[in-house]
Amino acid sequence: MSEFKQTFNSSLGKKLIMALTGLFLCTFLIVHLSGNLALFKHDNGQAFNAYANFMTHFPPIRVVSYLLYLSILVHTIYAIVLTVKNRKARPVGYASATKSPTSWSSKNMGLLGSILFLFIVIHMKDFWFKYHQDDFTGKSTHVIPFKEYKTDLVTGEQLSARDLPPGDYHYAVFTEGSVETMVAKDLNQTVEIAFKQWWYVAFYVIALGALSFHLLHGFQSAFHTVGWVHRKYKPIIYFIGTWLFAVIIPLGFAAMPVVYFFCR
Amino acid sequence: MNLTLKVWRQKNAQTSGKFVTYKAESISEDMSFLEMLDVVNESLTKKGEEPIYFDHDCREGICGMCSLYINGRPHGPKRAITTCQLHMRSFKDGETITIEPWRAAAFPVLKDLAVDRSAFDRIQQAGGYVSINTGGVPDANEIAIPKVIADEAFNSATCIGCGACVAACKNASAMLFVSAKVSQLGMLPQGQPERWSRVQSMVAQMDEEGFGNCTNTGACEAECPKEISLTNIGRMNNDFFNAKLFKEEGVHDHAQ
Amino acid sequence: MTLDAKIPQGPLAEKWSKHKFNLKLVNPANKRKYNIIVVGTGLAGASAAATLAELGYNVTAFCFQDSPRRAHSIAAQGGINAAKNYQNDGDSVYRLFYDTIKGGDYRAREANVHRLAEVSVNIIDQCVAQGVPFAREYGGLLDNRSFGGAQVSRTFYARGQTGQQLLLGAYSALNRQIHHGKVKMYTRTEMLDVVVVDGQAKGIVTRNLKTGEIETHAGHAVLLCTGGYSNVFYLSTNAIGSNVTAAWRAHKRGAFFANPCYTQIHPTCIPVTGDHQSKLTLMSESLRNDGRVWAPKTVEIAQQLRSGKLKASDIKEDDRDYFLERKYPAFGNLVPRDVASRNAKEMADEGRGVGTSGFAVFLDFADAIKRLGQETVAAKYGNLFDMYAQITAEDPYSQPMRIYPAVHYTMGGLWVDYNLSTNVPGLYALGECNFSDHGANRLGASALMQGLSDGYFVIPYTLGDYLATIGPKPVDVNHPAFEQTKQDTLAYVNKLLALKGNKSVVEYHRELGHIMWEYCGMARTEEGLTKAKGLIQELKADFWKNAIVTGENEEINAALERAGRVADFIELGELMVTDALMRKESCGGHFRLESQTEEGEALRDDENFAFAAAWEFKGENQPEELHKEELVFENVKLTQRSYK
Repeated sequence: MSEFKQTFNSSLGKKLIMALTGLFLCTFLIVHLSGNLALFKHDNGQAFNAYANFMTHFPPIRVVSYLLYLSILVHTIYAIVLTVKNRKARPVGYASATKSPTSWSSKNMGLLGSILFLFIVIHMKDFWFKYHQDDFTGKSTHVIPFKEYKTDLVTGEQLSARDLPPGDYHYAVFTEGSVETMVAKDLNQTVEIAFKQWWYVAFYVIALGALSFHLLHGFQSAFHTVGWVHRKYKPIIYFIGTWLFAVIIPLGFAAMPVVYFFCR
Repeated sequence: MNLTLKVWRQKNAQTSGKFVTYKAESISEDMSFLEMLDVVNESLTKKGEEPIYFDHDCREGICGMCSLYINGRPHGPKRAITTCQLHMRSFKDGETITIEPWRAAAFPVLKDLAVDRSAFDRIQQAGGYVSINTGGVPDANEIAIPKVIADEAFNSATCIGCGACVAACKNASAMLFVSAKVSQLGMLPQGQPERWSRVQSMVAQMDEEGFGNCTNTGACEAECPKEISLTNIGRMNNDFFNAKLFKEEGVHDHAQ
Repeated sequence: MTLDAKIPQGPLAEKWSKHKFNLKLVNPANKRKYNIIVVGTGLAGASAAATLAELGYNVTAFCFQDSPRRAHSIAAQGGINAAKNYQNDGDSVYRLFYDTIKGGDYRAREANVHRLAEVSVNIIDQCVAQGVPFAREYGGLLDNRSFGGAQVSRTFYARGQTGQQLLLGAYSALNRQIHHGKVKMYTRTEMLDVVVVDGQAKGIVTRNLKTGEIETHAGHAVLLCTGGYSNVFYLSTNAIGSNVTAAWRAHKRGAFFANPCYTQIHPTCIPVTGDHQSKLTLMSESLRNDGRVWAPKTVEIAQQLRSGKLKASDIKEDDRDYFLERKYPAFGNLVPRDVASRNAKEMADEGRGVGTSGFAVFLDFADAIKRLGQETVAAKYGNLFDMYAQITAEDPYSQPMRIYPAVHYTMGGLWVDYNLSTNVPGLYALGECNFSDHGANRLGASALMQGLSDGYFVIPYTLGDYLATIGPKPVDVNHPAFEQTKQDTLAYVNKLLALKGNKSVVEYHRELGHIMWEYCGMARTEEGLTKAKGLIQELKADFWKNAIVTGENEEINAALERAGRVADFIELGELMVTDALMRKESCGGHFRLESQTEEGEALRDDENFAFAAAWEFKGENQPEELHKEELVFENVKLTQRSYK
């Protein structure tokens, strides 16, 4: 076995993979959330649709996004591998339930992770896959319709937003005088439709609750696994893990379906 | 006080076990938990029945021989003590107490409540030492060690090897145990020459013994009778990755 | 038979160096042809096994615990002495030697004690190099404290867990050799007999405690490092498993047992709460630095305290008797262990003891708390106070502690010469198991020193001399002595298993303990000892008739293990009483009421008893034969201790 294989096959190596993929996914969450804040803009989805196009077409981001999908898979697969190994480490369980004082989230990372995985699958199917479907099928009819926006570049004011009839469109931005026209897939509409169904909103809120607890333990645990545990930095990591990753980010994401359900 | 005990009885490693219920009567609250079991055993012996077997020795919380998973917690309900230091005043009259052995694949049950913890010894043998022979060492005061480092190394060194960390961990992981020794020697100047090979050797042996992985849940830390800190695991991880990714030493350098 | 201690000639300070030079060496290429058996893995055993393996010998080591790390050395709290003089306070090898000889009440060999003091400095170096985390000062150098009333600070310590840290150091050295294949380690294995071939020890018989298998192991030499026998008192500070069996079976195979009556009683232990008690917990004697020992002045007050009508804090100052301060104004509460212990017993005997049993006196910190503040007291003794509160459920900050003496250490043991060899060639005894260095009383922080000295620095030299003499020819395992000893052991085990009476072996042990404590404890008399002898003989006869041993041999059988150990303790108990009867003087831990000064101090009789008493086993139920090793003092003047 090569030294690298040996390293990553060891118990600590597997945990390192979990930690690094986990932290990478955490950084993605920041980007994803900040981009999606565009959903809160009252601009008929213009900013959001532009952002969606940028994220799916800018080459460096596409590379990163494939890394991201890989991370999700690796994180999941290793979680399963580790869980199987951990089960084997205690073939006979205890009759009395454990009363050791530990946090609920740390003991239920597998459950929380499973909810999140299910969520990611559904989430990607409904948005990511729909968005990309025509790329895969090569058909000229689009699953997601296009929308045309006209903006006054001088005032920055949106002049018009118009749903385009079915047809063969491509993303485009062009300027005539001081008026900029953008034609883009209207993912915003997909979002609006989805978030008008109560059960869908409820599912999102539950999943983001799971995300909160998953990160409450996961973020600081990843640092622990990597071995960055100096007493001077530990409180900072705990602070970020708790407030940013377990509170702000899940709340921000959860606010989207809730706001769309009640206010749009 | 009178108690009901649900005790795991298992003749040996080959046979399967089961819970047997016993009455423990007129127990004084000044008794230690093990003395309570002594009383039960005396009465079993006199009836010609086989007494309950459990590991114990020093009965003052330092040898690490006693174990017992009591009502869902290793070493019972109180913090920072071993079973032998647990007194019956921590229980209520009429209570039912469930007593189980440590459960882990790497700790097979030998008999009743006693398990085989030799895996711990093998991990220590893989590298838990400084390779020096007797004699020919420098004067003790030639190596100055900052007090804060010496104290922290001592904190790690107080591990008694009882296995409560493994018993408490939902994954039956031995990382707190292993990291305590890795940390102790990794912090001290005496341990530096073998620092990078030691951590690799000990982790490799730990993996071979079939312990689970660490989820940083902290049950080990909470149940450790010597309050060994979870920070040790972080230190071990750091040393391990450092060794694996950036150092010359390999896992086998240590053995020769 | 004359006992030859083989003390080297020459001036005291040169004896060991000269002796080391004169000892024969084993050719390095031949060392691997020798197999050495080491029984016990405490400080002496683990250090010896590791060091001998480092030298190239093949070592087979045994312990009855589940891991070598659990030997009872682990429980030593206080520290380890060494004549390093790091504090520049006037310490020296000679001063440590002198203190140890004097502390032992002039009943130890000068040459042995001087060697112990000499190598003490190497022990600290060795342990530090192993990574033992001794306490340090802010400058990074080692910290020392004064201990057990010594006038210099020579005690190295690792909080209250020095024994643990030193043992884990030796355990790590042992582990390294196990890893290299130079030590073969047998855990959960108990030695039950020595194989003697043509007068030389050539192996042992063991019982595998997991399977019951009785096995023989051959070796060119057998090292017994099996600790002391305090558990003959049933209640002691020793671990439950600590036993005399290995040493006793060796004794029955010809090794002399020396000074069995020398036992040390530690004054500051947590008192017994009832018959259920299985062991006693020691609290460091450093507590006496700030605590004041007292008992109520009258029996009436004591009775009210015992029945719970009064609390200690209710007792007025005038009704308290600070008996140590009263009787020993110069030393006060800091008198040596034996004096403090005896006085506490006196209080209990007068009916002035406290606690529900009446077997306790107070150790009061109220003054210290007033003087220093609770915080300072907590910083100094916090862990001990916590331990006390844990065990007794009483708060020692608001109520005085209750303390009582408990058996703690045994100075007697297998007789050994200067080379640590018993009178049976090839059979060695190290650490507490032998009798050699502490005379009639051991100083605080000297037990760890002796165990490691024997294992790291003495036996590696002296054993080589014997091995070179006998040559590297393999031990003939087909010699009938091996099979015969194995059969003897099997027969003995079966005899124990055949006991199906009505009394558990623990009850016999408890009864033996009562007899020993009552008549062969802190104060001994001709009359009491004679009575005890009869009682023990009766107990022994009763044991072999009415004891009950459950289970079979071919399994884990705690009852069987305990039965063998208790049977040996009973026999040892009788020898202790015999020895105590013979020694019609008081010295150190052996206090004969008939032999005391007008002030009530131990009165030695140097003219008639300046010898080590080595007893020879003459057969079952036969009186043992006494051999005397005269003690010659060329360097120190024998004086009477006084702490007034």
